[in-house]
Amino acid sequence: MTHGVQGGRFLVRPVGEADPFIPEELSPELQQLRGLAIDFVEGEVIPRDDDIEAQTPGVLPTLLKKAGELGLMMVEVPEAFGGLGLGKIAATVVAEGAAGQGSFTAALMCQTGIATMPVLYFGTCEQQEKYLSKLATGEFLGAYALTEAGAGSDALAARTKAVKTPDGKWYLLNGEKQFITNGGFADLMTVFAKVDGEHFSAFLVERTMPGVSHGPEEKKMGIYGSSTVPLILQDAKVPAANLLGEVGKGHQIAFASLNIGRWKLGAATMGQCKRILRRVVQYVKERHQFGEPLAAFELTQQKIAEMAIKIFLCESIVYRYAGEIDRGVAALDPAGATHFRERAKINEALAIEASISKVFCSESLFECADEAVQLFGGYGYLREYRPERYYRDNRINRIWEGTNEINRFLIPGTLMKRMAKGGIDFLTELTTILGELKSGFATVDPAVPLAVWQDQVNQLKKLVIYVGGVAVNVYGPDIQQRQQILHDMADLAIAAYVADSALARVLKLHRRDAAAAQLPLCMVTAYLARRLPELKMLANQAVANIAAGDAEKYRPYGKAVGKFLHYLPFDLVAARRDIAAVILARGEYGW
Amino acid sequence: MKIGVLVKQVPDTATKIVLTANGRGIEEGNVKWVMNPYDEYAVEAALRLQGPLSAEVVVFSLGPARAVETLRMALAMGCDRAVRIHAETPLDAFATGNALAVAIAASGCELVFGGKQAVDDDAGQVLQIVAEVLHWPVVSVANQLHVHAGNDGITVHRPAAGGVTEVVELGFPAVIGCDKGLNTPRYPSLPGIMKAKQKPLTEQQSRDLLGGVSPHVVLQQFSLPPDRPAGRKITGDPENVAQQLVDWLHNEIKVI
Repeated sequence: MTHGVQGGRFLVRPVGEADPFIPEELSPELQQLRGLAIDFVEGEVIPRDDDIEAQTPGVLPTLLKKAGELGLMMVEVPEAFGGLGLGKIAATVVAEGAAGQGSFTAALMCQTGIATMPVLYFGTCEQQEKYLSKLATGEFLGAYALTEAGAGSDALAARTKAVKTPDGKWYLLNGEKQFITNGGFADLMTVFAKVDGEHFSAFLVERTMPGVSHGPEEKKMGIYGSSTVPLILQDAKVPAANLLGEVGKGHQIAFASLNIGRWKLGAATMGQCKRILRRVVQYVKERHQFGEPLAAFELTQQKIAEMAIKIFLCESIVYRYAGEIDRGVAALDPAGATHFRERAKINEALAIEASISKVFCSESLFECADEAVQLFGGYGYLREYRPERYYRDNRINRIWEGTNEINRFLIPGTLMKRMAKGGIDFLTELTTILGELKSGFATVDPAVPLAVWQDQVNQLKKLVIYVGGVAVNVYGPDIQQRQQILHDMADLAIAAYVADSALARVLKLHRRDAAAAQLPLCMVTAYLARRLPELKMLANQAVANIAAGDAEKYRPYGKAVGKFLHYLPFDLVAARRDIAAVILARGEYGW
Repeated sequence: MKIGVLVKQVPDTATKIVLTANGRGIEEGNVKWVMNPYDEYAVEAALRLQGPLSAEVVVFSLGPARAVETLRMALAMGCDRAVRIHAETPLDAFATGNALAVAIAASGCELVFGGKQAVDDDAGQVLQIVAEVLHWPVVSVANQLHVHAGNDGITVHRPAAGGVTEVVELGFPAVIGCDKGLNTPRYPSLPGIMKAKQKPLTEQQSRDLLGGVSPHVVLQQFSLPPDRPAGRKITGDPENVAQQLVDWLHNEIKVI
């Protein structure tokens, strides 16, 4: 492997061994890029909110074109194709900055993510030449058409069919794709279809090609303004040259694109959390009850702090992912013939981390939106106020780009595949852990900065491997059907990655300036203090399930789980009070 | 031709101002710094003439090291190069105008745009002082401008009292103060931001430029507006309430 990127390894490496990219390292230029995205959304998009949500014809496409003119779509497109040739870190700042109007965000993320990435990673030189510069400037708006009525989570069950014409010049596509974001106006769509009804493949389909049309707009719970239509293909005549990648290899394109979409969704939902927190902070300072602003009440402060903590954690994982991708890409030969395919492989190597980003950030946004409704009280339930929108608009993020359930299954599923292929040596690690359970975990060296918390996070990773080991041992290959244990293992692994990333970030900040690391440290420890006991209980229930509730079988597992993560008394209320004080004074989390 | 633009970095107008303990400055910890909004119109005005006049646009700012961010923003919008003038101690409008005037003269600029005033201290003096030092004409507040057909001068509209518009014809050199409504400032583009870091940004020292000119005004102290006093509630039967109200308005507030 030339790029050296291997996802999932965070489980077998001690905290801080990896050197994650942290947002505090953003260059002034990248901060300006983010500032531009923020200014554009606040200056141009949000003022058109009513028109966007009413789907007033032309409004959303026009805003997208404007965003394209400013360069918001060209970040990752190579300079040779009219882009900026920047990496994932730059794309992250734009994605988080451009959040704020759900319908616009969805359209822009679709354009720069799943619409552009298939051509970038899998297109031939001719295809890249033809389409990338147009997608980069917004001259072409794009869409991605995978889902069908009978093929949602089971995407490969697609029935859309492609048949080559006898002269070999065309493919005729027949079928109907569903829930196509941007489908009402997209000029170019990556459409998945089975060649001869068998070989799953991808095609670059232009709106103007004969036989391509779309159905009516769906009536949705939220993001009313985004276009969501069925795509109808009736003998759609697509040039053979528009086959993307190889016949029968469409699944690689589908999943590689989704990986990118998942990280990007993480970045955008994180940006929206920041906007929600800012609005909530403003409100709790203004709204008075019992003669005091809501901000003066302890429970309000606790909630504000929880929202800030979530944002800190989201940042830690999203930027870490982006940094690892960029590092991997930097190790590739930029002029190499297989450069873009290698980049797709790097994305594949970090599939677990992409799924974690998607699940954790979308659920953080949901929780922030829910608390925003709650803190606004009765006003939060009124359409006139923003929280009602936050609540409806955010909900889709737990469904699309692979439901959070599908993404959770992918996490242990991929880890087990890596184990089987020898990519990650979980067996040696498990043997070590079993030894430690007998001898006891090594004592903490108080001289090491934040040693206690590092130890806790390392133990959490070991707990993940232990529970996984028990599950694999008991269920064998049958584990793939045991969805609840897969879900539990995913929750443990997600928490381990989040804790690992956030604590590594704090360690890095601590080395630079111990005083400035105080607030981040407070946020991470508050997260760990709240979450670790919950995770231990989750692990305990998981092994009880594996033991089928049998007390005899459960006893050794329960005893082992009991040895992990000894409870550390911690004043969570005080920590969250301190965090809230900073956020309330600042008026926002900050970018 | 060279066109100069004067910009100032100011706190975002939504900033809640907190004074430092000694009252001589503001706490900068939670301040979001932005380009003075009126200066954005000035930058846009200059950039619109960049092509037609084949002009190089040079952006100047007198300010601390962080003012570089604002200069970079102007470069990202399309200005060609930037000059930051460093002052070791805060300068008043007179010294600031003098330092900028010397820098402008040395740069060879013949037309200078600036915001009509900065939204931090709202003093609105620097453009006029620059013009005075250079012996150039100055027109502020401009809400419309056109370059003459022969590129040898400029027509500026400014609002005057009573809804009247003054139309001023100027040759070059000249200084123009820009107001809201003059144009719609562009966003810097992403490629613009990335290119800005390659553009030249030089630094000059105010003491070198001032050559002995010293400030006329020295800032002693900032103070925040006093808190509004709490309201008073009058209770009792209507006759009594009216009596009390008249009493206060007449004897204490002294308005009737």
